[in-house]
Amino acid sequence: MDDKPDRIVLTEEQKRKRRARSIAIAVALGALVVLFYIVTLVKGPGVLNQP
Amino acid sequence: MTDISAVDHHPPPGSLAAIHLVSEASVGDYLALMKPRVMSLVVFTALVGLVVAPAHIHPVLAFTALLCIAVGAGAAGALNMWFDADIDAVMTRTARRPIPSGRVAPGEALAFGMTLATGSVVVLGLLVSWLAAVLLAFTIFFYIVVYTMWLKRATPQNIVIGGAAGALPPMIGWAAVTGSIGIEPILLFLLVFFWTPPHFWALSLNRTEDYARARIPMLPVVAGAAETRRQILLYSFCLVPIGAAPWLMGYADAIYGVTALVAGGLMVTLAWRLWAEGAGPKAASFAKRLFGFSILYLFVLFAVLLIEGVLGGLLGHATV
Repeated sequence: MDDKPDRIVLTEEQKRKRRARSIAIAVALGALVVLFYIVTLVKGPGVLNQP
Repeated sequence: MTDISAVDHHPPPGSLAAIHLVSEASVGDYLALMKPRVMSLVVFTALVGLVVAPAHIHPVLAFTALLCIAVGAGAAGALNMWFDADIDAVMTRTARRPIPSGRVAPGEALAFGMTLATGSVVVLGLLVSWLAAVLLAFTIFFYIVVYTMWLKRATPQNIVIGGAAGALPPMIGWAAVTGSIGIEPILLFLLVFFWTPPHFWALSLNRTEDYARARIPMLPVVAGAAETRRQILLYSFCLVPIGAAPWLMGYADAIYGVTALVAGGLMVTLAWRLWAEGAGPKAASFAKRLFGFSILYLFVLFAVLLIEGVLGGLLGHATV
């Protein structure tokens, strides 16, 4: 009995949207990294100090 | 090979299509989940709370705080859309939202909202202020659990009580700077809290059938348009002294005081005309006009506070 699993074929539109979502997530994470770095520079050694 | 380009969003359980649904959501669809217009109002009122607070905050930390508040508000919007997808599908105003239109799956919206909510609260707490983070977490909780899941479908006082969620951002901004809460941010909270009912009831007067179709007990659906117009007028009267309270209690200058009294008077005038018109031919137009003016009212009051706060900071004295 031939039991080959089905494969999913994405359309070009689906691939394009998936790529756009991936880029958006990467940009957001990168911006978060930059933000953490800048805040660390601003707050210095007391980065977890609060008002 | 299976081509599922024509995505069936309700495939038979256990089928390959059910297991391997491919998301067709765009980045714009996820941004729409966050209700950008509500976010902008939240950020603006939080900014004013931050600026008028009687302490200094580094601009980078201020930006971080506002970013976290914006993302938290967006998370609340996404979670609201996740829970309300069933009634959104029924209402004309909301049928084209990402979930009822099939562009975003409910589970995706839930994961998106929870991730943003958690991240915004944690980042705000770690980098700026844990008090502000707790307030942000409470705001999100209140909006989703108390308002969306409970009050909205249970009582005509839904947006009265639930409006507290929209009134908290100025306090969050204040807490981010000072690490505390005082009388001044509570006055800003009260301003937004008492503004919310006439604002949303003016909108709902022209969408009564929509809310009735979705079985949401908005005041016009439950108590009728006449009672709603009366309540709008009463809340508008309350807004006059509450709007002027920062000036009356010495926390804002005379320019704000005069602005608040004039704008409050205009709000009462529009509410009076709406009430007096009754079920007349201009009722819908008056309701729409009041709704539009209510947005201008809140924006102008907070803008004047913001300007006074900035000028006060530049001149070296505190205003609010």
